[in-house]
Amino acid sequence: MALNRRAFLKLTAAQGAAAATVAGGTDAAAQDLRRGPRPLPPGAVGLLYDSTLCIGCRACQAACKEANGMPAEVPERYAAWNGGTWDSPTDLSGDTLTVIQVYQHGTMAEKDSAVDGYAFVKRQCMHCTDASCVSVCPVSAMTKDPETGIVAHHPDRCIGCRYCVLACPFGVPRYEFDDPFGEIQKCQLCSNLPDRDIPACADVCPTGANLFGHTEVLQAEARRRLAMAPGDTYAFPRGVLLRDEETGEPVTDRSRYEGEVARYEQDVYGEELLGGTQCLVLAGVPFGLLGLPEDVPDTSYASITEGIQHTLYRYMIAPMLLLAGLIAFAYRSARKHRPEDWD
Amino acid sequence: MAHVQAQKHAPIGGRIITGPFLVLAVFALIATYYLVQRFVFGLGAVTNLNDGYPWGIWIAIDLVVGTAFGCAGYAIALLVYILNRGEYHPLVRPALLASLFGYALGGLSVLIDLGRYWLGYNMFLPWLSQYNSVMLETALCIAAYITVLMIEFSPVFLERLGLKNVRRKLDRVLFIFIGLGVLLPTMHQSSMGTILVILGHQLSPLWQTQLLPLLFLVSALFMGFGIVVFEAVLASVGFRRPMETFILNRLCVAMAWLLLGFLVLRFADLLFNGDIAFAFALTTDAVMFWVENALHALALYLLWPRGKRLTGQRLFLAALMLLVAGVLYRVNCYLIAYHPGDGWSYFPTVGEIMVTIGIFSLEIMLYLVFVKKLPVLHTVEEAYREEHAAERPPGAAPV
Repeated sequence: MALNRRAFLKLTAAQGAAAATVAGGTDAAAQDLRRGPRPLPPGAVGLLYDSTLCIGCRACQAACKEANGMPAEVPERYAAWNGGTWDSPTDLSGDTLTVIQVYQHGTMAEKDSAVDGYAFVKRQCMHCTDASCVSVCPVSAMTKDPETGIVAHHPDRCIGCRYCVLACPFGVPRYEFDDPFGEIQKCQLCSNLPDRDIPACADVCPTGANLFGHTEVLQAEARRRLAMAPGDTYAFPRGVLLRDEETGEPVTDRSRYEGEVARYEQDVYGEELLGGTQCLVLAGVPFGLLGLPEDVPDTSYASITEGIQHTLYRYMIAPMLLLAGLIAFAYRSARKHRPEDWD
Repeated sequence: MAHVQAQKHAPIGGRIITGPFLVLAVFALIATYYLVQRFVFGLGAVTNLNDGYPWGIWIAIDLVVGTAFGCAGYAIALLVYILNRGEYHPLVRPALLASLFGYALGGLSVLIDLGRYWLGYNMFLPWLSQYNSVMLETALCIAAYITVLMIEFSPVFLERLGLKNVRRKLDRVLFIFIGLGVLLPTMHQSSMGTILVILGHQLSPLWQTQLLPLLFLVSALFMGFGIVVFEAVLASVGFRRPMETFILNRLCVAMAWLLLGFLVLRFADLLFNGDIAFAFALTTDAVMFWVENALHALALYLLWPRGKRLTGQRLFLAALMLLVAGVLYRVNCYLIAYHPGDGWSYFPTVGEIMVTIGIFSLEIMLYLVFVKKLPVLHTVEEAYREEHAAERPPGAAPV
């Protein structure tokens, strides 16, 4: 045999060391190991939620329920005064794909103030450019549309392992634990509803706090708002803001309205972090107060895991080499240690 | 006791239905009751699982810890067949048996836990396979390894049935399955660490590292050795057999080195990243971190070679510490150090705990049946049995 035990053990040790460097080692090595960032799909769409424009009417929530045919939710602590007719979810769930939550502090006197104020936040799937849920799903039940980038779910494939629920950094996918045949539920930007052209939540939003459109257009719109001084007058679009195919300019077929620009946190949430998200948030208070994770890297978590996995298992070379070595040694040992009752 | 040389395997015989066996059967029945509820009314009816903690003890303990216990066969196959340490041969069959049950029942736990189990076969449909998914890899490894273990263990059945020709043919190709039987748990155990990398900030920095696959692999190895020792000591006490102290002692040296390597890696990584600072905060995470590492250190202290043989008691204690430390590392990683955000909490229900106990009971019951009815354990010299027969108090029930 060309490969002797010592050489094999050395080789395995070297592989182990390589794997170790690859898997951890220095930060530089770790950086190299990451698979490259995913680009925004060409026709990427999403939502721009502007917390300073939101009046907390929850029309988006109701429209979402109606469009997706989901039942009303009455949390136990509201049951005493809510006869069950008023849908009042406090969080996303198997029956709630989007929800308006509120940050409250002190006297709650001033809107969009971290101190003695309050601020709204809309929760729904962020439609990550490099989505963890898509990366972890073993059976391709979470898919990212190559054109629009919408992250969709296919219950006919889903095995219910709930790895997407565990892995999503925004806590979006939910499982119906109380149903023996439960499904994973999440916002699909109404792409699951064939007769809708824009998501129900953006469609009904009276103030344009919730705007549907091409992600690149929404990013530019968000930057435009951040660049203005608080108190300036601006014609806010409502419902939808798309990219004109010919001019590349933002277009909307709905009326704009004049409003005052609020004092913004100078950051577009979702533009950079975790590889970027197709849905964006603007707010007047720090995003962390609204329950959005802030202390996160700019590279996606999926690119780290996939980097490790596809380095160790590239073309299955390392496992196959290891297997060949193991089989060779098992062959030698088995011959030497033939059991004595082998008559 | 003279040096016991293992030559043959034989069933140890004895009654199947004994007191301890009945107790285990009751636990298995209680688990069945809760499982019927789980399938009729859904996961929410039996478990405290929620959208913050979608994985509970059925994954963290039944699967992640259960398959680590199932690494007995992995650790021993590595020693006997790859490192060519033939003297450990008597430990191979009981270790393979522990692996077979550890992995089979781990796989069963996954099926119980799957929210849409009736579509579980989708994992084996190549056109649905999603090759970025670490979960897919672990699932395929578990399925393949259970098959390989059944083949590796099949000589036991063939011997019992007297099918010498089949056995001889199988022996000619068995080395291929032995190779696979080392490769698959290597892949599976390391990937159970990789599964957590994508959790990012949701896993405490004291555990979150790109070294997770390596740490899980090393911990699986020493937990596998721990189970071998644990099981050998229990078998010798329970079935009144001589203890394989000589070979177990040498195993301890291997365990000690693995354990040392694990601790050095763990702390070097935390020091290098600067994340060690989190260990000095007053948090549950920090406390769990120190408890977990203290247990590892204690096991290392007990195992460290001292030039003289370990006593049976110390050996047992060391193996126990090793297993407890390994269990805690895994439960920390999969549950305690996982923070999905404000407002979420999880503690298993009585039903969840009873199902876990039931599954481990079933494992022990199967083990007892197998060693009594099949040639799993190596034969003991008649002289030893006669010599020690007098020690058994009159009327004492065998295990």
